[in-house]
Amino acid sequence: MTTWHDYLKEEGRPPSWPYPIRFEEEQEIETDVLVIGGGIAGCWAAISAARQGLNVALVEKGDTVRSGAGGPGCDHWCDAPANPLSRVTPDDWARHMADRPYSNGIGIQIQCRENFDTLLEMEQMGGKIRDTDDEYVGAEERDDKTKFMISPRYGTIHSYLPDPRMGEPNFNPPDKRNNVVIRIWGSTFKPALKKECERLGVKIFDRVMGTGLLTENGIQGARVIGATGLNNRTGEFMIFRSKATILATAGAGSIWLMSMEHGGYSNMIPRTVSGDGTVMAWRAGAELTNMEATGVIMIATGLKHKWYTGGGDASYENVPIVDANGKRLPYPIQGWEDAGAMVPTPEVTAKIHEGIMKGEYSLPFYADFPSMPEVERNVTWRLMLGEESTTRVIIDTYNQAGFDPGRDLLQGYKFIEGQSLPQWREAGYGGGLLVDWNLKTSLDGLYAAGTQMFSPEDHSYAAATGRYAGRKAAAYAKEISESKMSRDQIEVEKSRVYAPVRRSSGIEWKELHAGISRVMQYYVSEFKTESLFQIGLEALQKIEEETVPTLYALDPHKLMRSLEDISLLNYAKIIIHASRARKASSIPLNLHRIDYPAVDPPEWNKYLTVKLENDKVKIGELPITFWGDMQQQYEAHNKDYTGVYRRK
Amino acid sequence: MSKEETFAIPNVATPSQPVLFNEDVCTGCNVCVEACQIDVFIPHPQKGKPPIILHPEECWYGGCCVNDCPVPGAIQFNWPLALRGYWKNKETGKVHQL
Repeated sequence: MTTWHDYLKEEGRPPSWPYPIRFEEEQEIETDVLVIGGGIAGCWAAISAARQGLNVALVEKGDTVRSGAGGPGCDHWCDAPANPLSRVTPDDWARHMADRPYSNGIGIQIQCRENFDTLLEMEQMGGKIRDTDDEYVGAEERDDKTKFMISPRYGTIHSYLPDPRMGEPNFNPPDKRNNVVIRIWGSTFKPALKKECERLGVKIFDRVMGTGLLTENGIQGARVIGATGLNNRTGEFMIFRSKATILATAGAGSIWLMSMEHGGYSNMIPRTVSGDGTVMAWRAGAELTNMEATGVIMIATGLKHKWYTGGGDASYENVPIVDANGKRLPYPIQGWEDAGAMVPTPEVTAKIHEGIMKGEYSLPFYADFPSMPEVERNVTWRLMLGEESTTRVIIDTYNQAGFDPGRDLLQGYKFIEGQSLPQWREAGYGGGLLVDWNLKTSLDGLYAAGTQMFSPEDHSYAAATGRYAGRKAAAYAKEISESKMSRDQIEVEKSRVYAPVRRSSGIEWKELHAGISRVMQYYVSEFKTESLFQIGLEALQKIEEETVPTLYALDPHKLMRSLEDISLLNYAKIIIHASRARKASSIPLNLHRIDYPAVDPPEWNKYLTVKLENDKVKIGELPITFWGDMQQQYEAHNKDYTGVYRRK
Repeated sequence: MSKEETFAIPNVATPSQPVLFNEDVCTGCNVCVEACQIDVFIPHPQKGKPPIILHPEECWYGGCCVNDCPVPGAIQFNWPLALRGYWKNKETGKVHQL
């Protein structure tokens, strides 16, 4: 038993804080390229910039070895049309992907052109990307020559929904499949990325949370020249001076829901993802876009089942779904037969619901592993679920408890746990930093990669765009001269950062998060009108003015969580500003306004941008494909691209 | 019967034990402490002892602590009661739960 209260019983006092307390002590670091966020995108950015021969500092809130959504692992390298088994060209696949409204054509083009090179570099570093141990010989779409394993995903079209042509004769035959998604052993990646960072001399600052950007002369909207950070174990204040800065802190996790006591934070996106980088950029005057897009939480948070623990969840490829009597359900199986469809249409979902109520289908539903051919079953259980982020412990737990996929049906939860309230939302994969073809933000000296950008994609997107941003930021850093830091800006930030540790009572971080969530549930969810947005904004401002000044933190860890809350609060405000600016409803953005019910009218098919100018919110707009011709623009900006790295 | 002191402490944050340590096997290497991006653990003040679980309810069940532990059997997952999944033997129909 190793809980703090056992220690208290044994020793008669709680444990001492195990790290030296260094509140308000400063450490200054000078570097060429500063990367904030040590997840997949951040690690690749750091490696890429270091390979250009520059000094790189990498700042990571956790430990780079296993941090971020990609820390535990990954099972798919998506949208890799440059792979030797692909039947579609990178530019064609990129155009197809960017055809979805409000996607990020710049990031997608980069991903499609460069993520296979990136994958080969991952292999150079020690990541496992093919079936070199011959564990899955005989599995469908395992190429015996290259030993690459292709996933059924995106076999015909890039869509989570089933292809409308599904069911037609000869649908998705092997000789016509796109073959753009590769199955990978992603659990091997993060430690290898950290090792490569170290090999290249990247200075890694683990357990440091970015708190603010520094701008030239401290002016909002000016060139970004560094950042401040907080060591979340010691409370030390870090001041980074850099020529170029890359933000890679991903998005914002659970703004609308705070439910730790139900089942831990238990999410695909950990609590550490709290919109820090987005808000840092916002305060510095950077332009964001698509901030009004949201999704509904369908998994985890403790109120829903932990993702991947149930049949029908992502990564359960080719596993048929049956009811309690073994009757097959018309539910997609992410398999060869439905070209990897991951999500049912609303019509199929309604049909299943109706079937349950009429007694046609009996709950609970199950993943019918025993019905699969053995090699396919092994691929899905051991490779897909073994490698995907946070799933290794799930299958290990089931295996140790006696579950045998050759004999047992695994229960699914999507129907039995009921539908999510529309109030349970997430900022998810919607808004973020606006970028250009250099992945430069609207601020000089500031770049963004991965989920930090608007409308992100998957793991390989983070990797490819991180690698790209690293090389672009490095090119800028080589040309640019010294900068003028403002001591005032640093002092203001220090004061903001340490305010909670100067108090010992008031409100604690969990209650603050829950308070923010409640505002969003009421005023920025199912029912959207101008007056509700206004009430919501005022409620958040009230929290900022009355409650935040009572926030207290008893140690550096709680201080980190407190500062994360303030990021979430600011992120929430930005969402309201962006949402109210869109005077129309939109299906792709999941935005339905009672006062502007017209759905995606042509005059509103555009991006809305938001930024601070002299601390006032400014709304802008961009055409729906503002990035221009993807192929032309990519080639114009990358004449010097040298392909796969030649390791020294 | 010895009289142990009873302290007045608040409710323990829950779920309170996302992992279980085997103190006989664990060497206190603290690889799990460093692997955890949430910083759920702190190293035990006594070298060689398993870490102390300080922020159990912040755990996101990433599993890196268990996966990266170099000593088999030292640490195992302990799913929250509300998250323990079910399965059924296809032939016999017997229902099991974690």
